[in-house]
Amino acid sequence: MNSKRPVNLDLRTIKLPLPAYTSILHRISGVILFVGIAFLLCALDSSLSSEEGFNSVKETMSHPFAKFITWGLLSALIYHFVAGVKHLLLDIDIADGKESGLLASKVTLAVSVLLILIAGVWVW
Amino acid sequence: MVTNVTNLSRSGLYDWMVQRVSAIVLGAYFIFMMGYFITHPGLTYADWHALFSGTGMRIFSLMAIVALGAHAWVGMWTITTDYLTEQAIGNKAVVVRFSVQALCGFAMFAYVVWGIQILWGL
Repeated sequence: MNSKRPVNLDLRTIKLPLPAYTSILHRISGVILFVGIAFLLCALDSSLSSEEGFNSVKETMSHPFAKFITWGLLSALIYHFVAGVKHLLLDIDIADGKESGLLASKVTLAVSVLLILIAGVWVW
Repeated sequence: MVTNVTNLSRSGLYDWMVQRVSAIVLGAYFIFMMGYFITHPGLTYADWHALFSGTGMRIFSLMAIVALGAHAWVGMWTITTDYLTEQAIGNKAVVVRFSVQALCGFAMFAYVVWGIQILWGL
């Protein structure tokens, strides 16, 4: 293979359109969830192990810091879900045009922000 | 350029399909769990334990955990091959990328085994 061949797509030198940012956010939220799952499994483990375990998880969840973390993970989950639905729609050729893609990205962000705010109210 | 020897199936189309199918399972599980939490505000241990004691729920949960493993593997593989390249981080890229992928693979395997233990250890 010719290793001297020209390489493009250096993301640091390209001005990205909005759909690129929603896609990158989808990746970032995915990585956050991948790490966060460890905490969720931990909580599931102790909540199902015994009544005391369940109550201690419930008590831990009532601390403001734990609520903040819960909200953070929930936000990543909500964004990943909404942007994921957009990706599935792209696969069947919905919203993959220049204008429709931009609109879909704006809708993705708006719906996510709304659901994240509702989740915040629900957690607190 | 990254030489693809670490992808799940040696087939981009198959990986793509795995990611979509697992996404639908995970989406359904997310909606179900959110619906359960919203409809059970004062959740007790008895309710919670009863939920996960049902065979149907255990199958659904295990399916979600396996889907998570596959989904996250394809996702993390895509991210590592896109950003941990020679162009971005220099000539140690192959070692760094493979190490991160190995760590991801180990974490996913641990998640699946841990999930089985939680679900069937009741």
